[in-house]
Amino acid sequence: MLNDPRAAVRLVREIEGIALRLAPRRVTLMEVCGTHTAVIVKSGLRRLLPKNIQLVSGPGCPVCVTPPGLIDAAITLAGRPRVILVTFGDMLRVPGGGGSLEAARAGGADVRVIYSPTELFALARENRSSRIVFFSAGFETTAPSVAWTLMQAERSGIENLFVIAANKLLPPALEVLAQAPDLRIDGFICPGHVSAIIGASAFEAVARTHHVPAVVSGFEPVDILLAVLMLLRQVQAAKALVEIAYMRAVTFGGNRRAQVIIRTVFKRVDSEWRGFSLIPDSGLGFTKGYARFDAVMEAGMAVESGRPAPGCMCGEILRGVKSPEECGLFGTTCTPETPIGPCIVSSEGTCAAHYNQKTAGIDDF
Amino acid sequence: MRNLIEEIFVSAFSNDILCELGDSAVIRSGSAGKLAFTTDSFVVKPLFFRGGDIGRLAVCGTVNDLAVAGARPRFLSVSMIIEEGFPISLLKKITRSVTAAAREADVVIATGDTKVVERGAAEGIFITTAGVGDIPEHVSVGPERIDVGDAVLVNGFIGDHGVALILGRGEYDFKSDLESDVAPLAGMIESILMVCPGLHFMRDLTRGGIAAALNEVASASGKAIEVDEAAIPVRHEVSAVCHLLGIDPLNIGNEGKCIIICPARDCDTVLAVMQRHEYGRTAAVIGRVIEYGKAVVIGRTAIGSKRIIDMPSGRLLPRIC
Repeated sequence: MLNDPRAAVRLVREIEGIALRLAPRRVTLMEVCGTHTAVIVKSGLRRLLPKNIQLVSGPGCPVCVTPPGLIDAAITLAGRPRVILVTFGDMLRVPGGGGSLEAARAGGADVRVIYSPTELFALARENRSSRIVFFSAGFETTAPSVAWTLMQAERSGIENLFVIAANKLLPPALEVLAQAPDLRIDGFICPGHVSAIIGASAFEAVARTHHVPAVVSGFEPVDILLAVLMLLRQVQAAKALVEIAYMRAVTFGGNRRAQVIIRTVFKRVDSEWRGFSLIPDSGLGFTKGYARFDAVMEAGMAVESGRPAPGCMCGEILRGVKSPEECGLFGTTCTPETPIGPCIVSSEGTCAAHYNQKTAGIDDF
Repeated sequence: MRNLIEEIFVSAFSNDILCELGDSAVIRSGSAGKLAFTTDSFVVKPLFFRGGDIGRLAVCGTVNDLAVAGARPRFLSVSMIIEEGFPISLLKKITRSVTAAAREADVVIATGDTKVVERGAAEGIFITTAGVGDIPEHVSVGPERIDVGDAVLVNGFIGDHGVALILGRGEYDFKSDLESDVAPLAGMIESILMVCPGLHFMRDLTRGGIAAALNEVASASGKAIEVDEAAIPVRHEVSAVCHLLGIDPLNIGNEGKCIIICPARDCDTVLAVMQRHEYGRTAAVIGRVIEYGKAVVIGRTAIGSKRIIDMPSGRLLPRIC
């Protein structure tokens, strides 16, 4: 059913019906989540939508929004003796101000990739003479497992595990985007994974206060089409509500236990996003009881703001105000093989998605 | 990797045979006729995995490179670089595997070499194999022979080897009985060539998976390939693991799979021969060569749209969310 072309066709027909009634108005919907971007590209979903319905990619790729200064700090830490720098896979190739963790590893630093934070536990035990520094980038989805791991580490008296806290919270960023003077967003396709943890009601402020409808979507192409349809119905009816198109995984209240685990270890702090500068209450720092796990503090380092490479427009692209084609580096000096900015690194990145279409001349087939 | 090869090795060693950059070099050797010659090194981790080991892999990899060049594999060389302290029992096990795979592929291990390096200089064992096979005079496969309208076939489920390796490394806490597809394809390919000697092109699907192979074919032939993504055989387990890790099954490596490109009129015959063979039971027709004016691979998606299937870049990394 979820991959059934007939279901997709039915949804597209309904979408076309509303789009026709809304025309010539152009409706811009932002898919916030990088996984949604990847699914949209992989399923060719944009090509199925009417011309006046535009999908723009938002800041929902955690590696893309991590500021370059923090990546530089991780690289510095990785270069120190007896440090094992641990990260999730696609963080490896993202450029900071002057290099990536992958380049640091090629230069001799001990940089390792894990899939789940629970693996940190064994790593810390097996390498007692080293500091295990976990670069924790991600949204609300990964925060509970990081927090749970630290709770276990605290209980077990593990002393060589530290974390660069780079987790971010999505709703505050959506509020900033909803008010952006240079971009009019008519609706948000909200991330299913994040919403499973924090609950769909976390997006109430976006809808109620800023009058932008928000629909939580799953990760099958048909889920996303359903979310688009639900958003268009709201746009047509001039409503701005939070709705769920992913009832099989998401509730309005979310996962209370996960929320308690996050609150035990982390507290909300102001956080810098690539392309956004500082967003109030949009990041996770350590609570008092868990401050000893703070890798940056333990190393006595100061994280600089860091600068993206000259000419790189990833910041504007992450906010949806510029398209990759407007960036002078796109597809010339900046390619998936030679990334200058983060958006071309992961398959979730907007530039990576556009790059493949551009090199193929996608419009004419 | 491709850049490394082209910028350093191809420019340094440049000659007409090497610059073809095929699976095997095709050489004319006096009275011996057309020969295929290839070499490959195996540095796999773990050394033993469900469905095979480095020994079977080393033989099959080279045999398959010869077979997809249209050759009947004849002789192999096997060189082993062994780390000091590597258990003799494991070395014997790997050697038995090499012998069994060579027997299955009907090739003779004609020469070899052994080096022992100090502890830490190799991860257990590295194996390099080279192979020679003869290409029948009437067989001529190559990207230049591909025509618009040709059918594209694959001999079965893709991604099994790559995912078995991911699971075998124990990096992720998934449990599965999935086995690698590592297999010598020379027998199956010989049967195909008997019914379709005018076959246009073959390529085995190794690193970079079917996405890389199709892109290389498109680029080498200058033609576009359209595939029906729903027709590409992928096991449910492979697709589930890939989904969890955020990796495309089309980018995952295989060691017993190949694509065959043949004239449309021969498609049904080739498919039937493949499906009768042990290593082609789940073979399928997955697409065709089309007129598009650009060398790209276009996928028809499950929901009826189209997308570009791009060349995988860098190594596969699991996504964060």
